[in-house]
Amino acid sequence: MRLFLLKRMISTVLTLIVASVVIFVVLEILPGDPASFMLGIHAEAETLAALRAQLGLNQPLSIRYLEWIGGLLTGDLGNSYTYDVPVAELIRDRIMVSFPLALLAITLSTLIAIPLGVVAASQHNKPLDFLIMGFSQLGIAIPNFWFAMLLTIVFAVTLRWLPAGGFVGWDAGIIPALTSLLLPTVALALPQSAILARVTRSSMLDVLKEDYIRTARAKGVGYWSALWHHALRNAMIPVITIMGLQFSFLLAGTIIIENVFYLPGIGRLIFQAISQRDLIVVRDLVLLLSAAVILINFVVDILYALVDPRLRGFNDG
Amino acid sequence: MLWLIHACGDSTMVKQLKEVLQDGLYNRKFIIGSSITLLFFAMALLSYTWTPHSVEEINIAVKLAKPSLEYWLGTDHFGRDIFSMLIFGARNSVIVAMVAIVIGMGVGVPLGLIAAAKKGWIDETIMRFNDFTFAFPALISAIMITAILGPGSVNSIIAIGIFNIPVFARITRGTALSLWKREFILAAKSAGKGSIQISLEHILPNASNILIVQATIQFALGILAEAGLSYLGLGTQPPAPSWGKMLNDAQTFIHFAPQLAIYPGLTIAITVLGLNLFGDGLRDVLDPKLRRSR
Amino acid sequence: MMPVLEVKDLSVSLHTPRGLVRLISQIDFSLNPGEKFGIVGESGCGKSLTALSIMSLLPANAIMSGEIWFQGKNIQNLTEKQLRRMRGNRISMIFQEPMSALNPVKTIGAQIAEGLLLHLRINKKEAEIRTKQLLDSVGLPVSRFSLNLFPHQLSGGQRQRVMIAIAIACQPDVLIADEPTTALDVTVQERILDLINEIVEDSRMSLLMISHDLGIIAQTTERMVVMYAGNIVESGTTVDVFQSMVHPYTYGLFSAIPKPNRHLHARERLYSIPGQVPEPDARPVGCNFADRCFQVEEICRITPPDMKIIHGQHKVACYRPISHK
Repeated sequence: MRLFLLKRMISTVLTLIVASVVIFVVLEILPGDPASFMLGIHAEAETLAALRAQLGLNQPLSIRYLEWIGGLLTGDLGNSYTYDVPVAELIRDRIMVSFPLALLAITLSTLIAIPLGVVAASQHNKPLDFLIMGFSQLGIAIPNFWFAMLLTIVFAVTLRWLPAGGFVGWDAGIIPALTSLLLPTVALALPQSAILARVTRSSMLDVLKEDYIRTARAKGVGYWSALWHHALRNAMIPVITIMGLQFSFLLAGTIIIENVFYLPGIGRLIFQAISQRDLIVVRDLVLLLSAAVILINFVVDILYALVDPRLRGFNDG
Repeated sequence: MLWLIHACGDSTMVKQLKEVLQDGLYNRKFIIGSSITLLFFAMALLSYTWTPHSVEEINIAVKLAKPSLEYWLGTDHFGRDIFSMLIFGARNSVIVAMVAIVIGMGVGVPLGLIAAAKKGWIDETIMRFNDFTFAFPALISAIMITAILGPGSVNSIIAIGIFNIPVFARITRGTALSLWKREFILAAKSAGKGSIQISLEHILPNASNILIVQATIQFALGILAEAGLSYLGLGTQPPAPSWGKMLNDAQTFIHFAPQLAIYPGLTIAITVLGLNLFGDGLRDVLDPKLRRSR
Repeated sequence: MMPVLEVKDLSVSLHTPRGLVRLISQIDFSLNPGEKFGIVGESGCGKSLTALSIMSLLPANAIMSGEIWFQGKNIQNLTEKQLRRMRGNRISMIFQEPMSALNPVKTIGAQIAEGLLLHLRINKKEAEIRTKQLLDSVGLPVSRFSLNLFPHQLSGGQRQRVMIAIAIACQPDVLIADEPTTALDVTVQERILDLINEIVEDSRMSLLMISHDLGIIAQTTERMVVMYAGNIVESGTTVDVFQSMVHPYTYGLFSAIPKPNRHLHARERLYSIPGQVPEPDARPVGCNFADRCFQVEEICRITPPDMKIIHGQHKVACYRPISHK
């Protein structure tokens, strides 16, 4: 297990380094002179020179890269050019919206998808199975931002039960804050759960054919008990893979949904930064998102080992 | 279908196509899916010859009109005909999703074939690269590209295309690996053919069914992704109509004209549903194991 | 003596894409308390399906007719709850594939204890003690085999021992062993068979041994039936069948194995049955064996033969049984 962990950690760190190099190359080298890119063609020579100095453009590329990474590791992400505040501060505020939203969405979609998938598998080729799979087909076909708009039309515009957008902030209290995140969470979670339910079902169907399910039944374990206690954990192995892959889609979804509901999260920030050509903020945010995806994949690998003892190595089962 | 024709060669092609179509007539998913898909392509083609109204014609006098004989699905806030815009949007979606698949297959399939044929460190390198690329959702690539080059439909094509590469590489490699163990490949090997020749002559044609099915799925995903990017303003730029952009416009008017949000979204959902059903049905129909048992 | 298990007129059919296919057709046999009984036949003849019928664990697409009486009760009249109380408790089963028959994500201790906790009124502590005793009794001493091991950490033979421990945990009255050694190395086979024999004799269980291997049946059973393509073709005491087999199929089955030290008929050469077992959906109208039989007659192709008594318990379903006079 320790060796496994070590190997995975090394490959995770390597992937992070590769990702940061790619981002650095794309955002710092490809635009040519980032300073004139950010300021546009009408910039004054003095402003340009000042920005060049601020960005450290006079130094060689390798030094600039190392300074960027060094700054990241010490929590100094540089100053946003347009907001003139530390990027770290900007991100900290925004992440308090995006992170809870992503977490709520993944929790809700799991809570919906796994029971649905299990029930569909247990009712294989019966009406309930067809109904759940029909729901899933629809969920996969509907874009989440359109679903979000439909939710807004129904619950905010027509019924006026919930706000159409905006975020009251955590200072307003847990309940109002969660209320303003409710529609975004549902809009993100339901389409995700459609895919997850499908994967859970097919994985359960595979596992239910296994001999050890028959063994459990021959022991006198009831059908549902065999399903929950013997099949589900084995069926989770491919489901976890998909959840890991889905996380990157969830991040993308969060960015889109924040724009639908005007939530002041990472997604909104990145678009503001793009329209203001604030490469420093874009660069840090893209790395942050990539790092989140890479780290989640690392967590998924560890989850694997927790679920499947075969991956843990021989001596410490 | 083009790939199918290419893959089967002349003599068996007609026969297999006939069989597929015959089996397809018994498969409900295939019928519904292919009908919707055909309708969608017909819409895209129609945009080249005829639309009820010009999509760039701004006529504030009839803005936000209700559906009528003149404007079948009503008009938007500029008085543009929604139905005409949907037809044009179909063309846009087809082009973006299609070119993205060409990029994905053009790079991914050779990578997968090489990985399976050479194994060892080449395989390992390709698969690592694959995992790395796959970890990036199309949106993040699109954000980076937009940050440098500015928005446009070429962005969506590149971003979605990059996302498609590892998908095709992985599925090609998996299929090729299992094919390499088959006897007819051993026979070709013992006949002295090189691994590249075998990959092109034997592996690729036999993997074509799986690749076609995957292409329909990626096509559907591509349409969803294009809509998302255009919605965010990273993709197709106005005045060219796109389904995602229409939804973005509708968002602004959601309190006054919620109907604007209905049609483009419904069109996307039906198209994607149709393509997914088509892919599912095609998988059933192309699977020789299922065919034999019928 | 009343039989502990009685199978009467059992038929099983499966719904398949090709329609309803009958896999087992009207088989009868019974098992007395403490008796060791064998079913022998090639794979696909319906042996395993018979076992699953007895456990009432047939797949959902199967249809069963006939009766199975266990300890004086027709199991078809039992509720699901009563069936659960029967399975693993009064009647239990060892499966063929030790590799796949154990749950890969649960410890062997948990898998053995599960049945104990379900059927016996004991707490976890007592179950743990009993689990250790069980592991000991199947030859996996606790000193070397922790309860916390996972199946993948054991060899095939060791896994089959765990499987046996699971099956005998609640001291069942009937133990069904479905090809218990087929997936194992020959050297391990013998030891597992000895273990099963020993356990069955010590605790006076009835054993239903299912195998394609005549040697195993000879080694472990007192009475046996021979199955071919879903039918019982010959039944009797193991000694009777082995010494004077009368059905041409049984005869072929015996002749197909080389026997260096057991020359029943010294004149014969190694013989193999011509042709193939008919597919379940393509079985002939008359006797299922007619197409492969070396002494087939016209009647064999018209109506299937009924079971008739040769002498004593020895019965055969054949119009022209082989004579040993």
